[in-house]
Amino acid sequence: MAGVIEIRGLTKTYKSGLKALDAVDLSIEKGEIFALLGPNGAGKTTMISIVCGIVTSSEGSVTAAGHDIRKDYRKARSAIGLVPQELTTDAFETVWATVTLSRGLFGKAPNKPFIEQLLKDLSLWDKKDAKIMTLSGGMKRRVMIAKALSHEPDILFLDEPTAGVDVELRKDMWAMVRRLRERGVTIILTTHYIEEAEEMADRVGVILKGRLVLVEEKTALMKKLGRKTLTLQLQEPLTALPPELAEWTLALNADGTELEYVFDSNAEKTGVPSLMRRLSDLGVGFKDLSTKQSSLEDIFVGLVHQSREAA
Amino acid sequence: MAFNGHGVWAIYRFEMARTFRTLWQSIITPVVTTALYFVVFGSAIGSRMGGVSEVPYGAFIVPGLIMLSLFTNSIFNGSFGIYFPKFTGTIYELLSAPISPLETVLAYVGAAATKSVILGLVILATAALFVPLQILHPFWMLAFLILISATFSLFGFIIGVWAQSFEQLNFIPMLVVTPLTFLGGAFYSIDMLPPAWQTVSLFNPVVYLISGFRWAFFGVGDVPVAISLGATLIFFFVLLAFVGWIFRTGWRLKN
Repeated sequence: MAGVIEIRGLTKTYKSGLKALDAVDLSIEKGEIFALLGPNGAGKTTMISIVCGIVTSSEGSVTAAGHDIRKDYRKARSAIGLVPQELTTDAFETVWATVTLSRGLFGKAPNKPFIEQLLKDLSLWDKKDAKIMTLSGGMKRRVMIAKALSHEPDILFLDEPTAGVDVELRKDMWAMVRRLRERGVTIILTTHYIEEAEEMADRVGVILKGRLVLVEEKTALMKKLGRKTLTLQLQEPLTALPPELAEWTLALNADGTELEYVFDSNAEKTGVPSLMRRLSDLGVGFKDLSTKQSSLEDIFVGLVHQSREAA
Repeated sequence: MAFNGHGVWAIYRFEMARTFRTLWQSIITPVVTTALYFVVFGSAIGSRMGGVSEVPYGAFIVPGLIMLSLFTNSIFNGSFGIYFPKFTGTIYELLSAPISPLETVLAYVGAAATKSVILGLVILATAALFVPLQILHPFWMLAFLILISATFSLFGFIIGVWAQSFEQLNFIPMLVVTPLTFLGGAFYSIDMLPPAWQTVSLFNPVVYLISGFRWAFFGVGDVPVAISLGATLIFFFVLLAFVGWIFRTGWRLKN
């Protein structure tokens, strides 16, 4: 069965010559939570904007809920709700007016009880008659979510939903995403926080310089991403790795003064305690030690290398 | 869904709600301004001036004054409605909504034109307090009022799409439309000009609009009414075609 969103050969070249998307193929399944991961400027927002109709693609095709986003734009767009990255609101309008407008724009008949419930779910009910400009940033974010959900979409795009959002709203948002998923709503979110993808997503796609370099089940990806590096500063330099240490994949750096061990922090046995014991048995002393989580940047760099090697 | 009626209605109501919230700027200000014109030109100076085509001067300027307010306010309302979302970024929602270009224009221009028609009628009522008025062709008066409001709201809509700053938003109304209106016979009949300037005036599109509207009041105009009506309709459809082009190409709206 075809996915709820089918992207084929999607390319976008801006007038400036910037190629924001380069032949992206992606299939999103109905009811899943898909996280699109990538550094700033990777093409995440461009991709979402094309699917939602805000940016025109240069090449390729997109269908949403089975409808071509160009030929059958009414049906495709009716199925989609979008919470953009920027906090753009009708500052002088009330919460109620702006959410009501959104529902109408998407072709739905007015439904006061529904909007009331929606505002209550998002803790906005007591602010319904407040002008948006009087609200805090977090509240404005909630208003934008309410607008996106006002027409009961089957597909919800959340572009950097937790950027600049406090812990409480983040938790609320995650709870809301799960509730929506239970109702069968498909959710696509972009983020550059790995933790966010880890917390919420079923599948993760990584986008780099306009290319979708990887799409994987979250659990499989987290294994790859959970790598840590242990660095030991030795008291005495080693000329070579002792054969007793062969069962760990070690590297000897900095003229034999540093021992580096890359391990999987999610694994049941990281191998770190046993390595320590073996080192002390061998009488290899160290002055200092540090562990470092692979940063997202490192991981991206690693993925780029992988994708080049595969090509 | 062949026509997104809910969408059109939602935008229309949203836009109209803004007018009623800002009633002071939207209606009261133009009315006060126009009343001042009547006091000065109608009563103070007008009483010392001869009539134009047997119409007392105070009454003669009523159609022109209504047009002056109608032009600037239609342009302002039409441009602001679309410029403001562009400026704040909320236009993303309009672009991602299942609403066609025609429906979008219908809603925004419809709301802007409605405000202008209300304004025109309010000014007319104000004028009736200062000068004795006759309206020979009430139907055509209303028809011109609506058609010209719609045309200039549409013009404003295009300016709103084109403008990239608030200065640009004011540029055309202040530097093009207001002079053309003053020189287009708002306060005089072009018969009163030297022949050479009469010919030049015929290249001013505003002359046709004011002339048609004035004909509806007094049965006389600078040009035959059929030409006025034809010219108004041509402006309207040329602007409509241009708006169609804007949406087809996404000019200044989309990347």
